[in-house]
Amino acid sequence: MDATLPILYLVASVTFIIGLKMLGSPKTARPGNLIAAVGMGIAIAGTIFLYKGHTGEHLHNLGWIFGALVIGSVIGWLMAMRVKMTAMPQMVSFFNGMGGACAALISLLEYKAVGGEALGIGNGLATVAGLLIGSVSFSGSMIAFGKLEEKIGDIRFSGQQIVNNAILLAAIVLAGLIATGNITDFSAIILLAGVALVFGVLFVFPIGGADMPVVISLLNSFTGVAAACGGFIYHNMVMLIGGILVGSAGSILTIVMCRSMNRSLTNVLFSNFGGTTAVAATGEKSQGSVREVTCSDAAVMMSYAKQVVIVPGYGLAVAQAQHACHQLEMELEAKGVTVKYAVHPVAGRMPGHMNVLLAEADVDYDKLVEMDEINPEFPQTDVALVVGANDVVNPAAKTDPSSPIYGMPILDVENARQVIVMKRSMRAGYAGIENELFFRPNTAMLFGDAKSSMTNLVTEVKAL
Amino acid sequence: MDTTTIQLLYLVILMIFLGVELIHHVPSVLHTPLMSGANAIHGVVIIGSIIVMGMADDTLSMILGFLAVLLGTLNVVGGFVVTNRMLEMFRRKS
Repeated sequence: MDATLPILYLVASVTFIIGLKMLGSPKTARPGNLIAAVGMGIAIAGTIFLYKGHTGEHLHNLGWIFGALVIGSVIGWLMAMRVKMTAMPQMVSFFNGMGGACAALISLLEYKAVGGEALGIGNGLATVAGLLIGSVSFSGSMIAFGKLEEKIGDIRFSGQQIVNNAILLAAIVLAGLIATGNITDFSAIILLAGVALVFGVLFVFPIGGADMPVVISLLNSFTGVAAACGGFIYHNMVMLIGGILVGSAGSILTIVMCRSMNRSLTNVLFSNFGGTTAVAATGEKSQGSVREVTCSDAAVMMSYAKQVVIVPGYGLAVAQAQHACHQLEMELEAKGVTVKYAVHPVAGRMPGHMNVLLAEADVDYDKLVEMDEINPEFPQTDVALVVGANDVVNPAAKTDPSSPIYGMPILDVENARQVIVMKRSMRAGYAGIENELFFRPNTAMLFGDAKSSMTNLVTEVKAL
Repeated sequence: MDTTTIQLLYLVILMIFLGVELIHHVPSVLHTPLMSGANAIHGVVIIGSIIVMGMADDTLSMILGFLAVLLGTLNVVGGFVVTNRMLEMFRRKS
């Protein structure tokens, strides 16, 4: 037996393991990603030129394979290079969906080529599982993509959970019948794909947009498992190792993400943020008066402060205000004000979102302070400037047990002497709940687009 | 079950433990790039699509196989490039 291809697969598998390990530390993350990419290239090239089927023949249709590889590479490259930093999360979701669809198609073709009866129970299970999980991952990722692009809202109806469970049950029963060879009709497996696609859509529909990172991470591990199913079908070690590794690492990452919001995975997936009653209750209570502040007043407050803490949120990302924000920071520093950034672990739409964004604007890495370190500093902070963040500074998380975000650790901005909140309108945050912070006596609102407000602030501060 | 299947199961279980170990204690700043990197790695599913495509002999299989390779490539190339772009942002600028 020619051992070249298995050894190439082994090399690729090792690069995946090392790559994942290196991605876990800021210093080594970038080379880690490149190492895994090189391994992937080795595995792909090895497969094209060295793979032999059962009868010992090489792969044919090489022209078509290269054609697909070239077209896919060009499109993938262009999409990845052109996407804005703010849209990274949905891009990841999109590419994840592509992987899921690929896994589902493999199962479909394998079933078509081998035929229902000849599969055997082991391969039968792997085939239907690959199809089921891959399809759910595909349609779910596309809905998550649409939600983050704000093209799809949260869609909820009564009895949704029951409908979802029924569909899932139907899919599993059908999959079982196909895998055991009780149903061998090709149309049945098409039906299974259809049911799985519908389930993926309905599964993600009710989940709030703020929880999309968790959903994407979960679907990411799904695709990993779907890829591993393919590895099982072909006894292909690199697919099996790569797939299971991502499946397992992705699951842990999902749980870690939930933990940083102090919620459980079940809560994220099925609570739908506690329904409408809690929203009404908190909304009722906090109806007080809101104080507005002008740009020039805000500029004065900050210029004569000792310490200003900027709290970035998704609003900063949408408005692309990171560069203006960095400018404000430099103007203030020039006046002798200490400026720091308080970064909540889930600020923005994904963990680390704000760090990426501010780094893009050349903000010094050391100025970004994590939640646990900055919270004790708020009482000594003169001005906390909240830029388009909402849920991560909502005191209801500490005080109101009926609030859907109760228990989530937040940034204690209300302890600062003065809080200035930059916001487009009084609309609720992504979790859809009121924020009593806005009604506190030491809070002032600066309405408007974050970027133009920020630019005005810079001009005002400069003029002082 | 034959020995190959048993060996594959061994591998699956060991990989699950390895995956858990690898992700432990990763700072939250790196969650997004890590997820994105893992996303690129499961693009290894492309290997399966290349095999399917390379053995396809009728038009329908050819079309679906071509589509599978294309989507798999999007996952791999897009995944690694997006991750690289994210990580570029973390470089300390002098």
